[in-house]
Amino acid sequence: MSALQWVFLVTALITVSAAVMMVASRRMMHAALWLAVALLGVAVVFVTLEASFFAVVQLLVYIGSILIIIVFAIMLTQRSTEAGPRLNPFAWGAAGVAGVVWAALTYIFIRWLMSGTPLQELGASFDDVVPLGKALVDAEGFAVPFEVASVLLLAALIGAVYIAFERRGEGS
Amino acid sequence: MAVFWQDPITFLRLWLENLLLSWGVPADWALVIRFAVGAVLLVTAALLLVILQLWLERKLIGRIQDRLGPNRVGPWGLLQPIADVLKIFTKEHITPAGADRIPFNLAPVLSVAAALMVWAVIPFSATVFGADLNVGILYLLAVGALGELAIILAGWGSNNKYALLGALRTVAQLISYSVPMTLSALVPVMFSGSLHLSVITRAQEVWFIVLAPVPALIFLTASVAEVGRAPFDLPEAESELVAGYSVEYSGLKFGFFYVAEFLKAFTVSLIFAVLFLGGWRGPGAESYPVLGFVYLMLKSGIVYLLMILFRGTLPRFRIDQVMDLNWKVLTPLALILLMVIALADYFLRGTLPLVRILGLLCINGLAYLVLDRVLSSRERLRRRLVAQPVRPVARPENLITSSDVGGRS
Repeated sequence: MSALQWVFLVTALITVSAAVMMVASRRMMHAALWLAVALLGVAVVFVTLEASFFAVVQLLVYIGSILIIIVFAIMLTQRSTEAGPRLNPFAWGAAGVAGVVWAALTYIFIRWLMSGTPLQELGASFDDVVPLGKALVDAEGFAVPFEVASVLLLAALIGAVYIAFERRGEGS
Repeated sequence: MAVFWQDPITFLRLWLENLLLSWGVPADWALVIRFAVGAVLLVTAALLLVILQLWLERKLIGRIQDRLGPNRVGPWGLLQPIADVLKIFTKEHITPAGADRIPFNLAPVLSVAAALMVWAVIPFSATVFGADLNVGILYLLAVGALGELAIILAGWGSNNKYALLGALRTVAQLISYSVPMTLSALVPVMFSGSLHLSVITRAQEVWFIVLAPVPALIFLTASVAEVGRAPFDLPEAESELVAGYSVEYSGLKFGFFYVAEFLKAFTVSLIFAVLFLGGWRGPGAESYPVLGFVYLMLKSGIVYLLMILFRGTLPRFRIDQVMDLNWKVLTPLALILLMVIALADYFLRGTLPLVRILGLLCINGLAYLVLDRVLSSRERLRRRLVAQPVRPVARPENLITSSDVGGRS
């Protein structure tokens, strides 16, 4: 086996076991930490696929924002330090749904590999940032979804400011 | 084949590569080994640099404060940091009762790791860099998030209210200041048309600090705040918070945080030198890459000295002043400058280089003046103290928002 395959195997093993530990850990905070390991593992997989932009975005968005928000939410909720039950009552149902989705995805990818058009290898020197950036603002490309997403984010921002705004007369 | 005295690192890299290949190691494994050796060497060099930095900082701060600084161990006290490191090794590790062990022990390691990970993408000379990442700047910003995570974990895992309070306000400060930092880092990206740090370095025929002095100033201020040094050292304001998130740490674990702090300070100087001071560029750096390394270190050393000067001369901000400076001054200024510079550079790009430089300089100066006007006209509306009479306290002089009457608001 080549070195890249070994790197992938080790990463995959760490990622998957971190995901399992995340579901199975008794404390919410530990679950969040295991989630961080799993997300980092996915970033490493992106790196081995030479998709450095996606690896960095994975780090920036998931660990930099989402995970920190999750950790804050856990810190601000009550009883976050106590150990809870290992699995919640819906665990087996959720595992079943996840298993079905995984099987369906695997089936689709295998069929695609069998019959679909073979993917082109782009090589390490391929700069994926420029085409992506152009596609995001191109009217032929993804300009409309991009703008819709930014309007959504703006609405969320205004909503957050409205909720947090201190009204005159109430409170200090 | 590179010659040793022109480019020692590349010479050694090729030598190691050939050695491994001659031993019959497959090419892809040779690559993995090469990267691993490079990473270990880079990390060791960075950590050794911290020892020198500790000495320099203590000596200079000592001189600023009219003391001698360390002068007992070794010539000029040069061995003092080594003695300190050895001392810290012998100290006891204390885990507070009720602490969450995993986050508590993970936090110091993660803190140092986050600072070291930045070094992976810095182009140290024309030929020497860790990972040749085409999204280098994004990576720099992304890795900072790991440092924030480490601080939250330290504060939360310690099971201590002071630590948690310190961690919360540190993270508030870090998240806030990464906004102007990112916005001003976009200016070099616009000038060079790439997120790749090597390309940004090569594009600096004229240093970007000349083309965009105000964004450079914003970036420097925001990065000083990002590493939590004076005057933004609220995270460990000794007189207010005991020691912030690191209050429960002792021995080597505290040492990790301490090292991470100094390492981050030098790392942001390095980033500033790469983005705005032309990185390794300098006379002869193309043909003698080792010279480029010297230039880069000199430039980031100068930025670091500036940061020591800040620390030695500026009093600490209050938390509301820190937030005001960020959200009312730096962020709007960075946003406006980003748009104005983008437009101006679009029109000035075809003209003579001198015209372009002067035009951009004028625009920077203009933006600064307009902001100064707006802020001083708002001066009357500034918050008044309600509960207590104004007393003469030492206040950090903010060049932009300070009033002529000094301490009174």
